[in-house]
Amino acid sequence: MKKNAATIFELGKTGRGAMAQRVPSGGTPANIPESQLRKVQPALPEVSELQVVRHYTNLSAKNFSIDNQFYPLGSCTMKYNPRGAHGAASLPGFLGRHPLAPEAVSQGFLACLYDLQEILKDVTGMQGVSLTPMAGAQGEFIGVAMIRAYHEARGDLERNEILVPNAAHGTNPATAVMCGYKVAEVGLDASGDVDTEALKAAVGPQTAGLMMTNPSTCGVFERRIREISGVVHDAGGLLYYDGANLNAILGKVKPSDMGFDVLHMNLHKTFATPHGGGGPGAGPVGVGERLLPYLPVPMVGERDGVYRWMTEKDLPQSIGRLSCFMGNAGILLRALAYALMLGREGMHRVGEYATLNANYLASRLEKAGFELAYPDRRATHEFVLTFSKQAKSMGVTAMDFAKRLLDYGIHAPTTYFPMLIAECFLIEPTETETLEELDAFVSALAAIQREAQSDPERLLSAPHDLPVRRLDDVKAARELDLVWRAR
Amino acid sequence: MSEIPTELRFATSHEWARLEEDGSVTVGISDHAQNALGDVVYVELPEQGQLVAAQHEAGVVESVKAASDIYAPVGGTVIAINSALDDAPELVNQDPYGAGWFFKMEPADVEELTELLDPEAYAEICEAEEH
Repeated sequence: MKKNAATIFELGKTGRGAMAQRVPSGGTPANIPESQLRKVQPALPEVSELQVVRHYTNLSAKNFSIDNQFYPLGSCTMKYNPRGAHGAASLPGFLGRHPLAPEAVSQGFLACLYDLQEILKDVTGMQGVSLTPMAGAQGEFIGVAMIRAYHEARGDLERNEILVPNAAHGTNPATAVMCGYKVAEVGLDASGDVDTEALKAAVGPQTAGLMMTNPSTCGVFERRIREISGVVHDAGGLLYYDGANLNAILGKVKPSDMGFDVLHMNLHKTFATPHGGGGPGAGPVGVGERLLPYLPVPMVGERDGVYRWMTEKDLPQSIGRLSCFMGNAGILLRALAYALMLGREGMHRVGEYATLNANYLASRLEKAGFELAYPDRRATHEFVLTFSKQAKSMGVTAMDFAKRLLDYGIHAPTTYFPMLIAECFLIEPTETETLEELDAFVSALAAIQREAQSDPERLLSAPHDLPVRRLDDVKAARELDLVWRAR
Repeated sequence: MSEIPTELRFATSHEWARLEEDGSVTVGISDHAQNALGDVVYVELPEQGQLVAAQHEAGVVESVKAASDIYAPVGGTVIAINSALDDAPELVNQDPYGAGWFFKMEPADVEELTELLDPEAYAEICEAEEH
């Protein structure tokens, strides 16, 4: 593999181009005002078609991706995206449909969205689902905005605080602040569960709600969740379920049974649609009875087999619209195809195998001499290893292990998160990996552990076999430089 | 083992406070904290003249690993900030108790300093965290 590819600008030569790709020239359109026309040619690369093909094909070969490598990135659920789902969403009728096409000629598309709403309601136990949020962050934002609308509609204006366990994703407190709330943190006990005594002390008439991920980012299932939801409900607050880790419980436990009033789902994680690299995502929200009137529009309704858009007219108390059309429709279609391929039978096997694979890895790694952060707890779909001992005794950190794993052809797990645990890996194998792949991961980490003892420099200077070596992330952050300029 | 100067007082959230001869209080983060954070890449300081209550947010420190809030160890008015950190946040790593200071305050109640941890008590907290 060529190590340092030039940028496409550096490959160009004045006057070079691809005649076959040229847009038929009709001169300058007459209706653009003079003041808006370019005086100087734009600095576009002038390259041949073959140069473009080679350049981007070579770049793509440098990717680390789920299609190339095992990708055990904790809290991100990097699982296999079945090609069948992609195929279904790519049918010409879907691809060619105009977003403003009338309902009468969009019945198939609307039926798909309606069915997805129903499936997601069923699997989460919620009373209503709106598919429109464009990603998890938007789903979260709208979820907490609905909690706010609920309290305000009852004239309960004193509630100004959202509780967040300190193992939460950073998006939870950020969402609460964006919705105008103060954030109060609740700690964990030594076994990774929420400290319920601290929670009881923290709730009060100021509590608007609690945001929680269950299983948490520590890779353990919150055992006292019923007690927690009772405490929050008794104080008049609502419970928000962050769906980041829904994969662990899919088809096995319903967030409604745990007492949650509202949740978002990351279809781009749990329902096997591609993600990473910035999207597109889909973050549908589901709600219990109390928040039903506030769901964002559009949603899809059905009567006598006829489907139609439901808008502000049908839901006058709706929190409103989040985008011009219907979220990322292509991602929603992939999620529906995925859900239908699994069926009710297959859905609960997702949670079972995700959990089995994580516990198998945790158990094998512990036997191989690695230290689990919560050795007494059963892992959920992910678990935490800590390299504190290695850092102290051998001077090699979790980051050095992570970088060396890349040389073994394995994407590094999430490092240094959750922040509560020093020198940690958060490992999530997902249900889509084979036993052989899991065993190869254990072998790779064990081999790196031997290297750490015999030749620590091998780790400290890793990666060795990738297009770039160890990057200076401090320099990158301090002297951010994103723009290429001609020399 | 991290360095803990004996003339300082510490907050459990790892800020240090030093009472100066002129009655002002200088604030920074401990050697243990900078070590745990790793290379600091950005520091957000309070504004001069800003009133801050004890244990309330007075800034942010961002490293390659994490962004963390800085809390005022005592209440009072911010009277000076270390603007050298804008261009050289690495000072926090290199000299946490010297050139890497964050801000100076005029304390509303200087007695609040006695509520902070003394060096021995702070050393115990660091010790516990390192295990």
